[in-house]
Amino acid sequence: MSKKNRDKPQTTRPVGEHDAEIRVLLAELCLEEGSLLRCLQLLNDHFGFVPESGIGAISELCNVSRAETYGVLTYYSDLRTTPRAQVSVRLCGAEACQSVGSRELEHAWKHKQSSDFDGESVETSEVFCLGNCALGPSALVNDQQIGRATPEILGQRVREILAKA
Amino acid sequence: MKIFIPCDTAAVSVGADAVAAAVAANEPGSTIVRNGSRGMLWLEPLVEIEIDSVRHAFGPVQPSDVPAVLAAATADCAGSDLYLGATDSLEWLTSQDRWTFERVGIVDPASPEDFLAHGGLAGLTATMKLGPQESISRVIESGLRGRGGAGFPTGVKWQTVAAAEATRHKGAPAGSPVHKYVCVNADEGDSGTFADRMLMEGDPFTLIEGILISGYCVGADTGYIYIRSEYPAAIAVMQRAIELSRERGWLGDSILDSDFSFDIHVRVGAGSYVCGEETAMLESLEGKRGMVRPKPPLPALEGLFGVPTVINNVISIASVPSIMARGAAGYANLGTGRSKGTSVFQLAGNIAQGGIVETGFGITVRELVTGYGKATRTGRPIRAVQVGGPLGAYLSESELDVSADYESLLAADAMLGHGGIVVFDDSVDMARQAKFAMEFCAEESCGKCTPCRIGSTRGAEVIDLIVRGVDTEANTELLEDLCEVMRDGSLCAMGGLTPLPVLSALHKFPEDFNLKVVPRKENA
Repeated sequence: MSKKNRDKPQTTRPVGEHDAEIRVLLAELCLEEGSLLRCLQLLNDHFGFVPESGIGAISELCNVSRAETYGVLTYYSDLRTTPRAQVSVRLCGAEACQSVGSRELEHAWKHKQSSDFDGESVETSEVFCLGNCALGPSALVNDQQIGRATPEILGQRVREILAKA
Repeated sequence: MKIFIPCDTAAVSVGADAVAAAVAANEPGSTIVRNGSRGMLWLEPLVEIEIDSVRHAFGPVQPSDVPAVLAAATADCAGSDLYLGATDSLEWLTSQDRWTFERVGIVDPASPEDFLAHGGLAGLTATMKLGPQESISRVIESGLRGRGGAGFPTGVKWQTVAAAEATRHKGAPAGSPVHKYVCVNADEGDSGTFADRMLMEGDPFTLIEGILISGYCVGADTGYIYIRSEYPAAIAVMQRAIELSRERGWLGDSILDSDFSFDIHVRVGAGSYVCGEETAMLESLEGKRGMVRPKPPLPALEGLFGVPTVINNVISIASVPSIMARGAAGYANLGTGRSKGTSVFQLAGNIAQGGIVETGFGITVRELVTGYGKATRTGRPIRAVQVGGPLGAYLSESELDVSADYESLLAADAMLGHGGIVVFDDSVDMARQAKFAMEFCAEESCGKCTPCRIGSTRGAEVIDLIVRGVDTEANTELLEDLCEVMRDGSLCAMGGLTPLPVLSALHKFPEDFNLKVVPRKENA
């Protein structure tokens, strides 16, 4: 996700909705020194994103300012402020994958996504290196690593996940 | 029947899990071991079948091939088209000198017993027999240098931390406990590198042993492994290995009946490339934005939470157990000049035979790329090779005879980095690659240094202008100037080395920028 997009958290739920749940989740972790990032990661993993109400709760529990929490939240590209789509397709755009056609794959996949999965909850984003650089182009569909990816393989995996959901 | 099917991410990405399921269905009585990868990634999923204590390799195996492979294994292996030979006799492996990767692909990464059976903990035992000071001398003697890219002598770093007094966390009240830490950098973000991942997934106990040796030598009490979030399998394997080590008493109090106590924790990154820089990693470990710190103070003296800290790359620290077990002299005899020992090269990108080659420094890039790698996967001619990740220089085809070691690459205006080698065929547009280097820097810069934060965006724009033919002479000079400012005016390698791929592309492939010749600046 580009930095521009993650600069502005978009609240989709009323503030405070998850407050009680968040306090239970963070009860122990927030006591550890320097656990601000890990608190944010925990909420991000649990909810799929960091809810607006989490910023206030974490700031209070970790005894840091809202600005500091917000600063860390917006620094790391893994941390989201909006809910995840059902299927996330992450395409590697780094050099090793570029050398075997990742740019062409991205183009072809986006075309396929708009024609085959129009209106479905599928999001595509770029990632820099998945550590599978000898078998590129690499992709991650939810938690499944895919080597030598093609639009067809990606489409098949996405369909399987959507069918199960 | 004992059958080995890798659980390595690369193998799984091309169907190893489905192959394992097919084997279990076809041969219900067999023992399936999910090992790491042998590093011959073009042959994955590589299935090994143990017959009379010899492992025979078949690959690449798809689920539909499984019945035929199993049938061949019970009769004549060679009856299968996928049969490669006894694994240990394959030339790719016999020609290598594996120290750091000696157990990767061989042992079961989920089994501490298997680790012990293959010589695990011999390094730690030897270290404890020698004592901290003598052990550090051995590490220095081995010539081991940082494999993350900076190439600083590992033993010297340990010496500095060992000599420093343990202190309490910065800002902690008087009377708080004092510490020293060992932090392992497993934020392997460079494109074209995967050695850290393969070691963690294939032989996690060796990394734990290396951290224990380091902690014992410098007098630390806790280790942290900072693993990038893009490596979920490595995170899971390391966490399981740490749990198993605690159960075994390899972590905790009185390790191996000594008075040495130590524990290790995994910390997960959050998608920031610059957190692979050691001081940014410390900030991230402290829960903050991953912004680079100025040096001094050295992390060895004021590192995590302000206490003396060893920071080592996964490969550096995982090389120590084999050095301590097999002898520093043997390791130091490998390699060339001041680049001693072995390097774990990673062949990647557009390459026919990609994977891991661990061998002494001094092999040429050409031998790696065309000898082991068998040139491009597409079959087209090699045009450029990027060594050392996104901050490494592009070499042209005519430069490939350079020796792959720290000094020779530096002399060729390039760098070894983490040992990743990415091959491009003749369809590559080098102006586009140069622009990408700038764009990547703009995306991943932590923002602390202006030349890196803003220069990278301007750099991408200027490259566009040059390619479009706008005022090319002035803009080329501007790009060179900008690169100089980035190189000299940035705290860390992100801004400081981005000029390397940019300028190497500009100077070696001017035709891609629609230029005739670009004279190299005297001081560039």
